[in-house]
Amino acid sequence: MALLEVENLRIEIPGRRGTLVAVDDVSFSIGEGEVLGVVGESGAGKSLTGAAVIGLLEPPCRIAGGQIRFDGRRIDNLPYEKLRRIRGRHIGMVFQDPLTSLNPLYTVGRQLTETILTHTDLSEKGARKRAIELLQEVGIPAAERRVDQYPHEFSGGMRQRVVIALALCANPRLIIADEPTTALDVSIQAQIITLLKRLCREHGAAVMLVTHDMGVIAETADRVAVMYAGRIAEVGPVAEVVLRAKHPYTEGLMGSIPLVGHDVEQLTQIDGSMPRLNAIPPGCAFNPRCPKAFERCRRQRPELAPVDGAGAEASWTACWLYDDAAQRSGTDG
Amino acid sequence: MAEAPARARREDDLLVEVEHLAKLFDVSPPFLNRLLQGEKRVLLTAVDDVSFRIPRGKTFSLVGESGCGKSTVARLVVGLHRPTRGRIVFEGVDMAGLEGRGEAGPLRKRLQMIFQDPYASLNPRWRVADIIAEPIRAHRLVSGRRAIAARVGELLEQVGLAAADGEKFPHEFSGGQRQRISIARALASNPEFLVCDEPTSALDVSVQAQILNLMKSLQRELGLTYLFISHDLAVVYHISDYVGVMYLGRLVEWGEAKALFRRPQHPYTRMLLDAIPDLEMTGRARTPVAGEVPSPIAPPSGCHFHPRCPFAEERCRREAPQALATAAGEVSCHAVAEGRLPEVERAARAPAGED
Amino acid sequence: MAIGQDRQAAADPGLVTHLMDGARRFFDGDLWYSFCRSPVVVVSAIITLIFVASAIFAPLVAPYDPFDLASIDLLDSEIPPVWMDEGDPRFLLGTDAQGRDILSTMIYGARISLGVGFASVLFAMVLGVSLGLLSGYLGGAVDAIIMRIADVQLTFPAILIALLIDGISRTVLPRDLHSEIWFYVLVLAIGLSFWVQYARTVRGSAMVERNKEYVQAARVIGIPPLLIMLRHVLPNVMGPVLVIATINLAIAVITEATLSFLGVGVPLTSPSLGTLIRVGNDFLFSGSWWITIFPGAALALLVLAVNLLGDWLRDALNPKLR
Repeated sequence: MALLEVENLRIEIPGRRGTLVAVDDVSFSIGEGEVLGVVGESGAGKSLTGAAVIGLLEPPCRIAGGQIRFDGRRIDNLPYEKLRRIRGRHIGMVFQDPLTSLNPLYTVGRQLTETILTHTDLSEKGARKRAIELLQEVGIPAAERRVDQYPHEFSGGMRQRVVIALALCANPRLIIADEPTTALDVSIQAQIITLLKRLCREHGAAVMLVTHDMGVIAETADRVAVMYAGRIAEVGPVAEVVLRAKHPYTEGLMGSIPLVGHDVEQLTQIDGSMPRLNAIPPGCAFNPRCPKAFERCRRQRPELAPVDGAGAEASWTACWLYDDAAQRSGTDG
Repeated sequence: MAEAPARARREDDLLVEVEHLAKLFDVSPPFLNRLLQGEKRVLLTAVDDVSFRIPRGKTFSLVGESGCGKSTVARLVVGLHRPTRGRIVFEGVDMAGLEGRGEAGPLRKRLQMIFQDPYASLNPRWRVADIIAEPIRAHRLVSGRRAIAARVGELLEQVGLAAADGEKFPHEFSGGQRQRISIARALASNPEFLVCDEPTSALDVSVQAQILNLMKSLQRELGLTYLFISHDLAVVYHISDYVGVMYLGRLVEWGEAKALFRRPQHPYTRMLLDAIPDLEMTGRARTPVAGEVPSPIAPPSGCHFHPRCPFAEERCRREAPQALATAAGEVSCHAVAEGRLPEVERAARAPAGED
Repeated sequence: MAIGQDRQAAADPGLVTHLMDGARRFFDGDLWYSFCRSPVVVVSAIITLIFVASAIFAPLVAPYDPFDLASIDLLDSEIPPVWMDEGDPRFLLGTDAQGRDILSTMIYGARISLGVGFASVLFAMVLGVSLGLLSGYLGGAVDAIIMRIADVQLTFPAILIALLIDGISRTVLPRDLHSEIWFYVLVLAIGLSFWVQYARTVRGSAMVERNKEYVQAARVIGIPPLLIMLRHVLPNVMGPVLVIATINLAIAVITEATLSFLGVGVPLTSPSLGTLIRVGNDFLFSGSWWITIFPGAALALLVLAVNLLGDWLRDALNPKLR
């Protein structure tokens, strides 16, 4: 049984012109200690999915269907208090902007000790010691001195390390990271990615890494889910998805990323743009832009089906091109 | 394969030459505070003695992390800031004094700028057609409403939009489409030189590909010269003929793009290249990267990079390195000058998909 | 050729199409939607509209002309409102000490009040927005000078400034001149006490817009600073100005009423609601309460309605609340 199971998740945004479906029948799971990357461009619904898992969906967005199970128990329908206790203790969060993730009015140490005291049985002194330990773990030099400094006294990269320390405070089993490196310089990004990977491995925490940056995914994730227009286009081991993409969207996406050493005159271009939520085409959401689309793609929405591999190494894709392949691999096992 | 020596470029048709450009900003506390609290004046050296040349029809990219001054260089070149020292020469003509002039001087229509933020670079209250027509009207290139409208339609189609889109407002377009509108506006005055300040950094990767492709084909079609600012090395590799690497206001290395990426000389360039995520899943080992970019208000002495440099020595702390010619361009590093730096050759990658 | 013509037609529609387009977009937009959803605001808007309409069309709306001496009969003085005993259906809200119909004097009084109110808000807006634009966009010495003047002025309460200007004009100008231009003096007095608000707000917005890339793009094109201020920055800073103007209207009306109540506002020959309140005050305890209460209630209602409208406008235009 996986640590986190998301099944047929549906997120709607009621508006005055009708209800928009931002996330439409999305299912995936994360095993213990596994890093799942959820990648997609703006408007794909990946941030909303992450928010839904933690229970931080901002109204009027709401979960309109499906289930989210953590450790076998449903968490999407829990009352606020129960969810709050699971958050922080079992699920930690790392957000994009370290400036707003940390309270500017409290010292870093106070924020850390507060979280530690809430979720563990340590004393004040024990909590402070643990806070300093955590700061050292995330690579903050002179941690005993810096534990009493305010967030604005840290640089961007340092702040993000503090946020990671905060997320790991209570030894959560799952960390949801939403664009953790987007606001950082490229050399700092590399540091933070390495840190996150190492720490999660050491603490045994699973990670749901939501980002638009394929490079971060390639370095960090074990498996990756590619989202498009609120749906999952493809899920699979990261090497498979990055190097041998099955879904035409993923193929186009990977081809449009420039690579150092790769000399091409023109990058692979997917014409048009992701449809707005109120203009999602019938059938497969990608069909108007897909170079391989055929009749069935325009009529019927493809289901996410296994295509290759087995178990944790399985590749799934939602594309009619693989329909026969999917059926074959389904009978095989 | 022998590289053409850097000297040969001097004979090229140079469109833009930047010589010893420097820009200092006064970020002191207000006068009253200084008087009452005895605080000193604080000067921020955003750009420190930067020199480079851009041949006609080519793309020169400036790459670096935050605080390196690349955006400031862009704004200096285009006249939005006045240089503290140094000069910018456009086709042999010194551009000094361009910033002060309010009227659309003849030089202004030959260079234009594209900005990073597609949401702030178009006036939200203006129609797209008016936005694109503004340079046309300002420079009186075409007269008469019909002629202007026709030209605007032409420009919109050139960037991949429809002529009828002129009637809409910017908020009706996506980020990528707005950048296209920005490009159309920049092309409206028939410029030769475009300064592009991180034009794709705010865009999704597939939209970025569209815009980069568009810019490349426009360059071919119209013979444009680009100064391209970016923090993304892969984008820079794809689009540039020449690359300059900046760190804390100084140009640490510049040269012919492919050569610089294959044999980076400066330790910072090597560090940057190592920090690019490994999208080909080669599992390459990374040298650990140390430290963070210091604040540009109080940069380290001597060579600004010395606190983070694995090859730093005493001289690096005392003395700022001078520019040294290399096969591909120039580099400013004591370790290179003293021959202490091991040679590095990064193999060209096979295209993704081949195993 | 068809394609060329299509392109030109698409790029050059007529003015009417433009207006209809704009109207359609407005009624389709969020502002109108939020307006229709709030019954309080709709009622406030209707009330304000009634006031404004009756002020503009006073001669048509008012049952009598209170300035027409021929129509006043002293015998009709101090008649109570129609629903009381001794009420007269000719005078719905009663009459005052001279026999003038209260309703009519209120309508004409509102006309004066609203006239002075609108004019002074307009004056303050034009002055404040211009100075704010110059201050915010140009910065430097211009900004410093204008803001210091504003700071000094803010230390004085608005009423005091208005009193000061009004008083000075009365003493300085000859009597007949003053009685002719009292309107302009009053507008100047009230307007001068309000411009700082506009200037401050516009300055802040201008400073933000000045750094935005579309302004930089205009500078790169070579557009002169004055044109940039007028054509690019001004349309983008006007939003909060409208909110201030609406709330200011209420304050302007009250200020005028206060000045008139104190006797230094409009002359008695063209009484505003404030004057009416003052004049009627003497009769409050002698029993003829209607002479002061009705103008007072009208003033309160007008100010309340305008204030509510302003509040709604501020919330509706606030991008963060949407």
